[in-house]
Amino acid sequence: MDPVFETFKMRAEAVNAEVHHFPHKNGALAFILNYLNDSGVRDLPQAYAVWASCPFLEGLDQRQISDSVPGVIFDVNREASAQAKVGISQLDWAIANTGTLMQDAAAVDKRLVSTLPLIHIALVQSDRLVADLPSALTKIRPEQTNYISFITGPSRTADIERVLTIGVHGPEKLIIVFFDGSGSVN
Amino acid sequence: METKFRESIARAVHNPNLTGALGRFSEAYRTSRAKAYEGYDFEALRTQIAERKSYAASHLDELADLFTKNAEARGTKVFRTNDPAKVRDYILNLARENGVKSVVKSKSMASEEIHLNKHLEAAGIDVGETDLGEWIIQLAGQTPSHMVMPAIHMTKEEVATVFNEQVEEGQKPHIPKLVKFARGKLRTKFLSAEMGITGANIAVAETGTLVIVTNEGNARLVTTLPKIHVAIVGLEKLMETFDDVVPVLTALPKSATAQLMTSYVSMISGPVPNTDGTPKQLHVILMDNRRTEMSQDPKFKQAMQCIRCASCLNVCPVFRLVGGHVFGKIYTGGIGTILTAWFDALKASDDIQSLCIQCGNCTEVCPGKIDIPGLILELRRRIAVEKGQPLAQKAIFSVVNNRRLFHSMLRAAYVMQKPLQKGNFIRHLPFFLSDMTEFRSLPAIAEAPLRDTIKKIQQPACNEKIAFYAGCLIDFAYPEMGESLVKIMNKAGIEVVFPEGQTCCGAPARYSGAYEVAAQNATDNIDVLLANDVSYVVSACPTCTVALKQEFIGTFESLGQTDALPRAHQLADKVIDFSSLVKKLVAEGRLKFKEGQQLGKITYHDSCHLKRTLHASQEPRQLLTQAGYEIAEMYEADMCCGMGGSYSLKLPEISAPILERKLINIKKTGAPIAVMDCPGCVMQIRGGLDKQNSTIKVEHTVQRLAKELE
Repeated sequence: MDPVFETFKMRAEAVNAEVHHFPHKNGALAFILNYLNDSGVRDLPQAYAVWASCPFLEGLDQRQISDSVPGVIFDVNREASAQAKVGISQLDWAIANTGTLMQDAAAVDKRLVSTLPLIHIALVQSDRLVADLPSALTKIRPEQTNYISFITGPSRTADIERVLTIGVHGPEKLIIVFFDGSGSVN
Repeated sequence: METKFRESIARAVHNPNLTGALGRFSEAYRTSRAKAYEGYDFEALRTQIAERKSYAASHLDELADLFTKNAEARGTKVFRTNDPAKVRDYILNLARENGVKSVVKSKSMASEEIHLNKHLEAAGIDVGETDLGEWIIQLAGQTPSHMVMPAIHMTKEEVATVFNEQVEEGQKPHIPKLVKFARGKLRTKFLSAEMGITGANIAVAETGTLVIVTNEGNARLVTTLPKIHVAIVGLEKLMETFDDVVPVLTALPKSATAQLMTSYVSMISGPVPNTDGTPKQLHVILMDNRRTEMSQDPKFKQAMQCIRCASCLNVCPVFRLVGGHVFGKIYTGGIGTILTAWFDALKASDDIQSLCIQCGNCTEVCPGKIDIPGLILELRRRIAVEKGQPLAQKAIFSVVNNRRLFHSMLRAAYVMQKPLQKGNFIRHLPFFLSDMTEFRSLPAIAEAPLRDTIKKIQQPACNEKIAFYAGCLIDFAYPEMGESLVKIMNKAGIEVVFPEGQTCCGAPARYSGAYEVAAQNATDNIDVLLANDVSYVVSACPTCTVALKQEFIGTFESLGQTDALPRAHQLADKVIDFSSLVKKLVAEGRLKFKEGQQLGKITYHDSCHLKRTLHASQEPRQLLTQAGYEIAEMYEADMCCGMGGSYSLKLPEISAPILERKLINIKKTGAPIAVMDCPGCVMQIRGGLDKQNSTIKVEHTVQRLAKELE
C-alpha cells in the first residue's frame, strides 16, 4: 500500500477514527449499506441516516439505496439531521501527516450530516490524498468558498478531570471510507 | 500584597483536588507535548510565528483595514472599535433588531474580557456557553481557571453537583455520562438559538477569513445552526496572509493540548446559506481594547505574538500549585498576567505579577517566542514607578547599597544569630520571621566573609589573572565556595583577584521593579570589575552571572541610560559562569581530573538562570562525569527549586511546596550527594533537607570539583 495512505491511516486511527479502503465504488457502497443495516438505521426518528449530495452518489440509484435500507434520507434538512443516527458525506481531501479530512463545506447539508448525527461516514476518493497542511491549502483556497472544514477524528473533550471522552457535540464515531475514483458501479 | 490575595493562595495550595489535577497535568504535558512535536523543528516554527505575528503587530491598522475591505466584499459586516462598551452595545442592538431570545456561544476569551454574558443576560437574553468546560463554569458562576481547560480545577463530583443543582437532578459523577448529559441539554440550545457567538484563533487580512479551532465541534454548530453569527476578534488575531495560517495551525494544537491537530478547524470567509436557504448574517467585531496601544509599546508589542495556547501555564511551577483563580483574572498564568495589565488595568495585575518566580520555563515553550518573565519584570517596574516602592523595601535597598553599613550590619547579625545557630544552620527564627524557617533552615552568616578570608589564601604567582565576582551569598554565607574556586583556578595557573568594591548584583532590586537601584548597583560593579586587567570575570552564582552578562545592559536600556551601555557591554564580554570556564580549562588541558576514580552516584539540579538564560546544562554534568561520578538524573531536574531569590521570603507558602517536590525527586534518585551551580539553590535545597534530617549532602559544583582535580 502507498506509504502516504499508511501514514494517513496510522494518524487517523491514533485519534479514534476508523479507516477503510475499497478498490471499487461498489465495494464502498456495499460496506456502507451493510454498516447502516448493522447499526440499526431505519425509518424512525433517531434512527435515520442522512446522506449529503456528493460526487459518490452520481450514477447511483438513490431509491434503490433507500429501498435496501429504509430510513436513508437524501433530502437533507435540519430536522432530519437532528433525528439521524448516521450522517454520510464526501470529503474533498485527506491530509496524511495529521489524519485530517478537508472539505469545501459552504453547502449547509455537508455540515449538518457531519455535526448532528452520532456517526459520521466520510467518503474520500483515494487519489485525493496529500502529505500535509501546506499542500492541502493549495487545493482549496478561501477565495473559492466561504466555509472550509477540517475534521480530524471524532468530537472529543477532556474538560472534566482531563479524561478523554469521545463524542461531545459532534459525532462520537468517524468512519473514513476511501474508494478508488474510476471504479464502475453495478 | 493584599490580605485577600494571600488568603486565596493559602486556599489554593491547600486544595488537594486543585494541586493534584494541575500537578498531574503539568507532568503529563511535558511528555505529551514533546511527543506531539516529534519530527518538527520547534525553534524554526516559533521563529516563523514570532516573525509573522510581530509583522502583524507592526501593521495592525493596515491589516484591520484590509481585513474589513476583503470581508465586506464577501458580504460580512465588520465593526471595529476600541471600546468594550461599544462591542456589547453592537451585539445587544443586533439581538434586539432580530428578536433574538437565545444565544449559543463557542469559546471566546474576548467576550469574557468584556463581560458580555452579564450584559446580554441583563437584557433578558438567554446565553449558553457550549464548550463543556465553559458551560460548567458558567453554571457554577465561576471564571475559567485555565485558558484552554477552564474547569480543570473541578472534580467529576463537583461537576455532577453543579449539574444537579443548576440543570437537572439525578446526575452521577461518571464522566462519560456527564458528557452525554451535557450533549443532550446543549443540543436543544443549539437547535433553538437565533444567534451564535464565537471568537477566532486567526483572522486573515488578505482573504477576510476567520479560522476557528475546537475539539468538541461546538463552533461548527454555533456557526451552522443559528441564522446570525457574530465573531468577536481581538486585533492580535490578525495575520497578513493565508499562508500565515500554516505555522499557527501547526503549533497551536501541539502546544495547547499536545494534539497533532484539533478535531475541527473551520475557515469562514463570508456568509454561507442557513439551513432554510436564507443567507446567514455574519458580523465580525474587531475589538481593540488597548491592543493598538500595546502594539505600539516597545516592550509589550511582543505580547501580541501570543496564540493563546496556554503552554506557559502548563510548565509554570507556580501555576500548577495555585491555578488560574489565583494566578490570573480572565486571562490566566504568565501571559494572562500581562494581558490583564493591559486589557483590564495595570493595577489589576499588581498582586498576580508577584507570583512569577522568574524561572523561565515558559520562555522555552512559548510558540510566540515571548519573553514572559521579562515582560512581567517590566510590569513590576511600571507598577513600582506608578505607586512607588514599599517603604520597607526602600529601607532594605538603601542598606544593601551602602556597602559599609551592609557589611557592618552583617557582622552584627553574625554575632546576634549565635543563640539561634546550630552548626551552620539557623533552624528557627522567632516571631514574624518564623515563616522563613518553617520549611527550610537558613544558612548561618559566616564568621568571616570571603572578602576577608580570600586575602589569607596564599596564591602562587601566575601569568594569568581573573576577577571573581562572589555575590552576596558566597561572600557572606558560603565563603568556602569561593575558596574552592580559588583552589581550582590556581591549579590551572590562574590567579584570582577579588575586587573589594564589588557590591550586590542588583538582581533583588531589579526583580522588585526598583530599576534605579539596580542601575546604581550595575554602575558600581562595572567600575570595580573593569578596573583590573583580567582575562575573565567569573561568578559561581548564575543569577549574578546573568546580571553581569545581560541585565546590566537591560536595566540601562529600560531607563534610557545609553551612556552606560558601552562599558556594560565591555564587562558582559568578559563574564563567564564557573562551570563553563572550568569546562574550557579542562578542554585546553590546563586542568586534569584524578585518574580512574569511581565516585558513585550523584544527582544534579539545574538552576534556572544557568540552564535557561546561560544555556549551560551539559557542562557541569560532563565535568562531574569526567571526575568519576555517575549522574543519577532526578525527575524534572531543571524545574525551579522555589528559591527565586527574595521570592522565597515574600511567598514562603508557594516556595515551600515547590521545594517539597524537588526534595522528593532528589531522594528518589538514591544518590547521596546533590550538586548544583547556584548558591541560592544550595541554600534552599540544603535548608530543606536539613529540616527533614536528611543525610543527603548538598553542595555547589565548585566544591565537588575542587576535591577531584589534580
